[in-house]
Amino acid sequence: MSIKKINVISRNPDQYLRETKRDIHKVQRNYDPDLHPFEAAREYKLALNAVKLEKVFAKPFIGSLTHTEEVSAISRHPSRLSCIFTGTVDGEVLLWDIATQKRQWQVQGHNGKVWCIVGAPDGNSFFTVGNDKTIKRWSLEDSDLPIDTWLCDTMVTGLTHHRYRQEFVTCGQRMLLWDVGTKAPKTSYDWTTTGDRSDATTTCVKFSPVQADVFASGDHSNNLVLYDTRAREVKKLKMSMRINSLAWNPMEAFILTAASEDYNVYSFDIRNFDNKSRVVCVHEGHTSAVTDIDYAPTGREFCTASFDKSIRIFRTTEAHSRDVYHGKRMFRVNCVLWSTDNKYILSGSSDHNVRIWKAQASEKMGILAPREKAAKNYNEELKNKFGHFPELRRIGHHRHLPKHIYNAKKEHRAIKDAQARKEANRRIHSRPGAVPFIPFKHRSVVGLQDEIPSTSGFSPDQSGGGDEDDEEEDDM
Amino acid sequence: MGRGGGSSNNNNSHWNQQQQHKFKPKWMKPESNVKREEKDGVTVTEYTLSRRQLKRYAGRKVVDPKLLQKYSKGEGVVQKRYGRKNSILRHKMKKKEEKIHQAEEEAARTETLLTESSGVLEAEEGTYTAHITQKDIRNAVDITTAAKGFDLQLPFGPYKMRFTPNGRHLVLGGRKGHLASFDWVTKKLHTEINVMESIHDVCWLHTEQMMAAAQKEWVYIYDNQGTEIHCLKKLDRVLKLEFLPYHFLLCTSSESGFLSWLDITLGKEVIQFPTRKGRIEIMCQNPYNAVLCCGHAKGTVTMWTPNKKEAVMTVLCHPRPVKAIDVDPSGRYMATTGLDRMVKIWDARNMGEQLQSYLLPHGAMNVKFSQKNLLAVSLGNVVEVFKDVISGGASKSYMTHKADGIVTDMQFCPYEDILGIATYKGYSSLIIPGAGEPNFDALESNPYMSLSGRREAEVKAVLTKVPSNLITLDPFTIGQVDVPTLQEKVDAKAKLIHVKKPEIDFTPRYRMKGKSGSAQKFKRKQKVKEGQQREYLKAAMEQRDTLLSDTTDNNTKQEDKPSEVLDRFKPKKKVQKKTEF
Repeated sequence: MSIKKINVISRNPDQYLRETKRDIHKVQRNYDPDLHPFEAAREYKLALNAVKLEKVFAKPFIGSLTHTEEVSAISRHPSRLSCIFTGTVDGEVLLWDIATQKRQWQVQGHNGKVWCIVGAPDGNSFFTVGNDKTIKRWSLEDSDLPIDTWLCDTMVTGLTHHRYRQEFVTCGQRMLLWDVGTKAPKTSYDWTTTGDRSDATTTCVKFSPVQADVFASGDHSNNLVLYDTRAREVKKLKMSMRINSLAWNPMEAFILTAASEDYNVYSFDIRNFDNKSRVVCVHEGHTSAVTDIDYAPTGREFCTASFDKSIRIFRTTEAHSRDVYHGKRMFRVNCVLWSTDNKYILSGSSDHNVRIWKAQASEKMGILAPREKAAKNYNEELKNKFGHFPELRRIGHHRHLPKHIYNAKKEHRAIKDAQARKEANRRIHSRPGAVPFIPFKHRSVVGLQDEIPSTSGFSPDQSGGGDEDDEEEDDM
Repeated sequence: MGRGGGSSNNNNSHWNQQQQHKFKPKWMKPESNVKREEKDGVTVTEYTLSRRQLKRYAGRKVVDPKLLQKYSKGEGVVQKRYGRKNSILRHKMKKKEEKIHQAEEEAARTETLLTESSGVLEAEEGTYTAHITQKDIRNAVDITTAAKGFDLQLPFGPYKMRFTPNGRHLVLGGRKGHLASFDWVTKKLHTEINVMESIHDVCWLHTEQMMAAAQKEWVYIYDNQGTEIHCLKKLDRVLKLEFLPYHFLLCTSSESGFLSWLDITLGKEVIQFPTRKGRIEIMCQNPYNAVLCCGHAKGTVTMWTPNKKEAVMTVLCHPRPVKAIDVDPSGRYMATTGLDRMVKIWDARNMGEQLQSYLLPHGAMNVKFSQKNLLAVSLGNVVEVFKDVISGGASKSYMTHKADGIVTDMQFCPYEDILGIATYKGYSSLIIPGAGEPNFDALESNPYMSLSGRREAEVKAVLTKVPSNLITLDPFTIGQVDVPTLQEKVDAKAKLIHVKKPEIDFTPRYRMKGKSGSAQKFKRKQKVKEGQQREYLKAAMEQRDTLLSDTTDNNTKQEDKPSEVLDRFKPKKKVQKKTEF
């Protein structure tokens, strides 16, 4: 025999098999690329599966909180994560526990619609504004009587509290700055366009959470106005349609997002309010007026409520919505709220319900096992990597929409096309330059009126050139 | 200036010298940094490293660049192509590249964790390994390994055979209808039946639970109890079967020259088409890209995918009929044998490039690669195994074996040092040390798979079933940037140059007072139509002119470029003069 050395593969099965039935299986790995063919194609298939599974698990509706009347206002609890306040059109104010979906407290707060509920930053009280021209402050200790009541001579439709100081601003027929300690407003920020006060009734007002002295408002004469309580400096931007609601980006303090009556949502950069680049993004998608808006605490996303019986979720940098939620029985949505833990969205609608939705439609609720977490992260990464492939994009973007939204979308598309065609025709048959190209971003912005507020009022014709009236407004 | 520069240069060189001097490995000298002590008769040496040396050798062990090359995922993205414009994108790309590089490195590091070593056979000096018989080997190795080499005398030959991808199970199909499957390691028989028809080829499906047999008329699928599950009448007169495990496709070639792909998860035929190359007896799959390779009597090898009804590649390999083809498991090399007595090794990813060729005493009827790139060929009843065929060092065979009957089929068993040969008279398994990959990946194919493991793997495999339309010559096209080919670019340009008038669909509005008579209407229609078409063509012409002028400008510029000293004596161009006036 002439064998000098011999070695043949001979495996001991004990090294490859588990010892007992309770043991875990042994997994021998060899990362040699030759043993793992079709890496790219298999990964693509996994990405496709991930997108499909995302659609399979996309069941965002969690539950609803039933009211006796149309829900008109919704607000976070100032100190508890799992609680919210809601207000109805018949003046009831309710405290709900989201975890149990049970009502905890209820009071007939106002005579008529509750316009707005705002938690006080001290964490011990909250404010409500009603149709009965009163502002009430309630303690959190379940008492049926308010701590404070402010009576106004005019209609109040909104309230926002300063983040640090004991001050709040109300909107309505007049813009008033109140001190919590006194019963009369400190300052007024009235600024009418025609001298007729009802013309400048403000619909919404919001303090910036970061630049605490800055606040913004939208009014019935289609203005978006920026105020500063320190300097009384005002910047007023005329839009083509009314602003229904406002929200500040909690992470990027200079981004102000406005929900408009023209079905769109506009993100403004207030640093560039004077020039053309003020509109950062126009978020499209709704097929009716947008009624309310709320930012996610991460500042990456926001949700909007609309008259088209749906709510949409937008990424701040993207023009089209990431997701749209609708229900068979959900009617016009009046108010919307993104929970502070970034997990839930609450929407109050005119069908007497507050609905609880998941912020991520396909997210699994509850604690994830480490392997589940790893699988989730892996799927996310795969979706990032292959998300641009046509098939994945088609599946990921597909949404089942109610017929009325689908039809309205089609109709709006036709209208837009017709308008574009008409403009193009007009351009062809006019002198060159007579019909300018206006970017879509700037279309609904009429222009800026750079003025200091005054009670005297001025006509828009005079203000066209940017003249400044130096009159001081009256302190009240 | 000059002096200053010179002095600085001098300084630099001095500095370099100093540096070099410093970097001399002082610590190698025993006197300075090594302490030797005698303790109980044993010398204990202590090396102390300076702080700088510690810094140099700190951190993890550097991975061998050759090993990194093995686990490389490609060159990566050239940063410059994205320019400096988009810094965010550039940063993202850089991060991604870093991650990929890290993954490569970590994969390479796991090499040290592999437990088994590859088989070896060495002969004593003056003798050859080819002279070592199977009997010698069985005597030399341990008893469990020796039991892996065995012979089966079976009367229903000639036989065809196939191992499962994990190398644990074996199916045999005899021409006279004998179909048997068994766990060849434990010698446990799963099933043995006579199908009462001729069997032309056998093949495992995705697990050892199912196997396909190409019988006289149709292809049948049996389970491991021998029960006939399906009769595939769509696949008739099949000569050769192949199963693509990652695509779940059963591929067949038939007597009439038809190729077909059948998705076994759905039971639906993906595609079936005639190759118009006559009877296809020789077919194998390329495990790297799932392309089918067929050998023809004209000496050509053709490659087929289910996405194109023509061969994606045709190569003339032999001047005589091709008799056998095989592609190695990594998909890098292809071996062909022909009646011209040659064995040729080709670069499978760059076909047409012949790497090696060897002349055999006869034409080889079978050829097979092992996982470690040994090459087995069968010449009548003799099997020869060659080593280093790719590098060209195979002047003598590594091992030879003389079988009882003429060898009809053979295959190296995956993850084992075994070559199975099927003959006219039965089956025998030969021990060929160094043939198989010693370390398997349990998530890919596991010889020690449990029942629950198999079930789980089956589900996972079906979930990652690769769509059949991704079968291309380069399997990584799916992960790459979709760059238009030259042909597409040329077509796009031609489309720009040769524009057609657009068709305008315009129905004139109804107008009162006799303006909507058919003639009036037609006139109005024509007017609008012509106007729009004229405008379109005008724009197209302008575009074309700019396109053409660009190319002509480039041409003239290129002509101008090579200027020489004597050019000044050439007559000046008239055009230039005009511009001067």
